[in-house]
Amino acid sequence: MKLSRGRVPWLLVVPAVVGMAFLVLPLAGLLIRAPWSTLPQRLSEPQVLEALRLSLVTASIATVVCLVLGVPLAWLLARTDFPGRRLLRALVTVPLVLPPVVGGVALLLVLGRRGLVGQWLESAFGFSLPFTTAGVVVAEAFVAMPFLVIAVEGALRAADLRYEEAAATLGASRFTVFRRVTLPLVAPGVLAGAVLCWARALGEFGATITFAGNFPGRTQTMPLAVYLALETEPEAAIVLSLVLLAVSVVILVGLRDRWLGAAA
Amino acid sequence: MTLSARIVVQRPSFRLDLDLTVGRGEVVTLLGPNGAGKTTALRALAGLTPLTEGWIDLDGDRIERRPAERRPIGVVFQDYLLFPHLSALDNVAFGPRCHGASKAEARLKARELLDRMGLSEFSSVRPRRLSGGQAQRVALARALAVEPRLLLLDEPLAALDAHTRLEIRSELRRRLTGFDGATVLVTHDPLDAMVLADRLVVIENGTVVQEGSPAEIARRPRTDYVARLVGLNLYRGEGDGDRVRVGDLAFTTEEHVTGPAFVAFPPRAVALYRARPDGSPRNLWEGRIDGIERHGDNIRVHIDGPVAVAADVTPAAVAELDLTPGREIWVAVKATETHAYPA
Repeated sequence: MKLSRGRVPWLLVVPAVVGMAFLVLPLAGLLIRAPWSTLPQRLSEPQVLEALRLSLVTASIATVVCLVLGVPLAWLLARTDFPGRRLLRALVTVPLVLPPVVGGVALLLVLGRRGLVGQWLESAFGFSLPFTTAGVVVAEAFVAMPFLVIAVEGALRAADLRYEEAAATLGASRFTVFRRVTLPLVAPGVLAGAVLCWARALGEFGATITFAGNFPGRTQTMPLAVYLALETEPEAAIVLSLVLLAVSVVILVGLRDRWLGAAA
Repeated sequence: MTLSARIVVQRPSFRLDLDLTVGRGEVVTLLGPNGAGKTTALRALAGLTPLTEGWIDLDGDRIERRPAERRPIGVVFQDYLLFPHLSALDNVAFGPRCHGASKAEARLKARELLDRMGLSEFSSVRPRRLSGGQAQRVALARALAVEPRLLLLDEPLAALDAHTRLEIRSELRRRLTGFDGATVLVTHDPLDAMVLADRLVVIENGTVVQEGSPAEIARRPRTDYVARLVGLNLYRGEGDGDRVRVGDLAFTTEEHVTGPAFVAFPPRAVALYRARPDGSPRNLWEGRIDGIERHGDNIRVHIDGPVAVAADVTPAAVAELDLTPGREIWVAVKATETHAYPA
């Protein structure tokens, strides 16, 4: 230890060790208590597979939705100046800190059958979002999009504007500049944002269960299945949790150079 | 006349105000110290910095209100700014694509341009793997690919090391001669300016201080900045026939000037003496050595006195005369190398 000279500062070391144990022990417990022998069999149960499939599909669609809407939004925040831009930026990041359940309630009030927009959707198209798979996507996108917007906006602000000027002198319109110069230059930032967004969508619980409910095969994603299984089949809950843990670790490893590398 | 412009850009602590005309096929170089406003002028011509006042007339079209992407220009940026994610070929093809050419047409044109630049074998290479000289040629090809009527170059040689610079400079001169539109080039390097320009426009503090052919400017500088660039001692005084009075001194000169006048002579025309020389040559005064530095094969001695002057002497002379800072010394300037011209 570098602190070998002088007295060990126990007041710092003890809480640090407790904190580390607090973070690591639950994960270790998950690994220790996992029913390793019956794992393959558990994993191939139709209910587990269904929840897994639904989670992957909805998280991926939600990520695409976030990319389509969030990248232009990030561009607007990073590259243009208009009155209220700072306020808009603050509003966009609200879902980052908002309890997801509140997000779900808010979505219900707006997109629910009797909601402000939902009412109109229902009467005009006979189409309603709550308690459908599409509703799951909406809930996940609502919670996850700020992660993407923040990551892409940061990348756009860090990008060298002079390349965009060079493109303009070559006759490129603003959209062409964005498509052929800006976007390729910030691609690593967009990718990192998308992965973060996807991970957030995959783990979404509160907004989903509030807005989309908990119907197996339709709206019951992995986190919902874990919660439900815990009451009836604890072993199944552990197995599902292990899958989510594995996904988290894979994402962390995949992005380690981008985040942990910068901090180290 | 191809380009005729009046460029005014007002900033809180700076005002750029210059008139600029460039003929067909002419290369005009904006030369000036850092912060003089050269790059701002170039950016204004390109449409990247808005004009506060003025106009830009290119072949009879007023283009000052058009955004950069709708001006018939080509720009070679300092550091070139080649798109790092595109190959050399696609960098050059970028402009034609934006002007509506098909992918195949644009690439064909880019290939021709790279061939002309002697870069055929580098077409699929990404910019970061090109040398400085190659990157500069790709940047020039990219700017020319849109068939601009006005070519703008911002410090095109600044990113090169001294060795390649020499070679690339004469090559760039050749390529610019081949371009038939108007060219405006910005540099702070006097040698680049002298070699590349048909006409020099010297800018200081946002305004034009001198304009003319490189030879004219090298012979008859009109500001201390230009005099330093071309390596001459320059004084402003009052002409009176074959003499120009500068403070307490009177320079005898080759030319006859009456009224406000400049006197200029090269440091090598200055001779130094420990004691007052016999026969009392004209243009003689006593001063004190202020500093000594190496200058090429010679030694440059800066002398304070009635006027500050730079003298070039041989290392042998430095030893012989025991030239050290603070020493009193006699300074003589040959009248035959002293030029006078109206201020």
